[in-house]
Amino acid sequence: MSPYLTSLTAIVAREALRFIHQRERFIAALVRPLVWLLVFAAGFRAALGLSIIPPYQTYITYETYIVPGLCGMVLLFNGMQSSLSLVYDREMGSMKLLLTSPLPRWWLLFCKLVGSTSISILQVYAFLAIAAVFGITMPTIGYVAALPALIAAGVMLGALGLLLSSFIKQLENFAGVMNFVIFPMFFLSSALYPLWKMAESSELLYTICALNPFTQAVELIRFALYAQFNGIALLWTLIGAATFTLLALWGYNPARTGLAKRG
Amino acid sequence: MKGIEVSELSYSFGAKKALNDVSFAVEAGQFCALLGPNGAGKSTLFNLLTRLFTSPQGTIKIAGHSLNDAPRKALAKLGIVFQQSTLDLDLSVHQNLKYFAALHGISGRKANKRIEASLEKLGMLERAGEKARFLNGGHRRRAEIARALIHDPSVLLLDEPTVGLDAAARASITEHVHQLSDDGTAVLWATHLTDEVRDKDRLILLHQACILADGITKELRGAETLKDKFLDLTGASA
Repeated sequence: MSPYLTSLTAIVAREALRFIHQRERFIAALVRPLVWLLVFAAGFRAALGLSIIPPYQTYITYETYIVPGLCGMVLLFNGMQSSLSLVYDREMGSMKLLLTSPLPRWWLLFCKLVGSTSISILQVYAFLAIAAVFGITMPTIGYVAALPALIAAGVMLGALGLLLSSFIKQLENFAGVMNFVIFPMFFLSSALYPLWKMAESSELLYTICALNPFTQAVELIRFALYAQFNGIALLWTLIGAATFTLLALWGYNPARTGLAKRG
Repeated sequence: MKGIEVSELSYSFGAKKALNDVSFAVEAGQFCALLGPNGAGKSTLFNLLTRLFTSPQGTIKIAGHSLNDAPRKALAKLGIVFQQSTLDLDLSVHQNLKYFAALHGISGRKANKRIEASLEKLGMLERAGEKARFLNGGHRRRAEIARALIHDPSVLLLDEPTVGLDAAARASITEHVHQLSDDGTAVLWATHLTDEVRDKDRLILLHQACILADGITKELRGAETLKDKFLDLTGASA
């Protein structure tokens, strides 16, 4: 086996093992979107009227509308969880083991990204399965068509996690990430309400939501779940993934003094 | 071939100099103790030697490979034991070592063979299946040293590896690592404990970002104990 493949297998297997060891993390990752789906959506169903917008061809329930957004939520929170693990690894010292490997640093970070994205996607499918048990289903082909969209969105949000981990100095600073990254990204998106609803309230908020890469990731997943292709959403998601990845690589550059200070 | 060659190396954190024009070399088969009080610059030097960060001033060569120009070749020749334990406590000793082997591109039977040889060398073979969490401090350290040897490095760096260990564990680890240098490995052992350094060892005294003394321990200390000499030198320049 080539050294590249050997390291990829080992890093992904380790991420998977770590995930298995943390059962509560898996449960939390499922409970969070399910609370939104089964409690929040039930309460808001009457308040939020939905018109027929692509990719839907008929009126849908609010629960059905927010499923792609909640898939995005699973990916977003898991990306941040991976970021948290990386900051923890750095504080505990095990990150040094990875960064002193003779393999290129970009490859090692890519392996981390593959590991975290794979776990995110497993969680999304677990969530979709539970949603289906509660009667919220998508076309069968949609579950297959969603996979590439979930990979693209997962990589983008995982790369964002990597980027944040290279700039966050201590675990304590993670509360700031929740307030300034996760919540704005999630609420200023089309995850919970269609953008035309936002436009009715504020043109500025609508513009911010439309520019939010998380919106594009959610729309990519939404269209894919109905076996439809949204080229613009894919393009924006890929641009987001490339930008976050490049910035993360820069963040982990050993010549960068900011990283050096943190040892 | 030289194990480690450091030439005119400087590093600053903003206005504060952490290393100032440091140059030294450690030959293959030499045990070199890097002695210095806390804050002397030992950890900064280790971070530069392991390429956790890089400096625009000075050069470092590991087994003849420049860390700047050929970092992958240089890192492939380097075994590292960090001050902080880097074992995954939820994995067994063997799993920890296997993960490390994979990070060096070593897999399958070759990895198992090397892991076995490394653990044997450190007297840890019978503990291969134990979870790292259940090992005592001394055994964890030995597992980490065994891990650092899997890829057969020419240079071994240890950053205060005996911190927090009892006297017996410290003596045992010091003995093991001296044995490795006798077998031909260039060893750089950072410490602030003078009793870990033997008379025949090479000694570099680092203080306030500079090399204060460099030579064979017995010659450097003269008639004084190393502890007294160390206090004299670091006290005089403080």
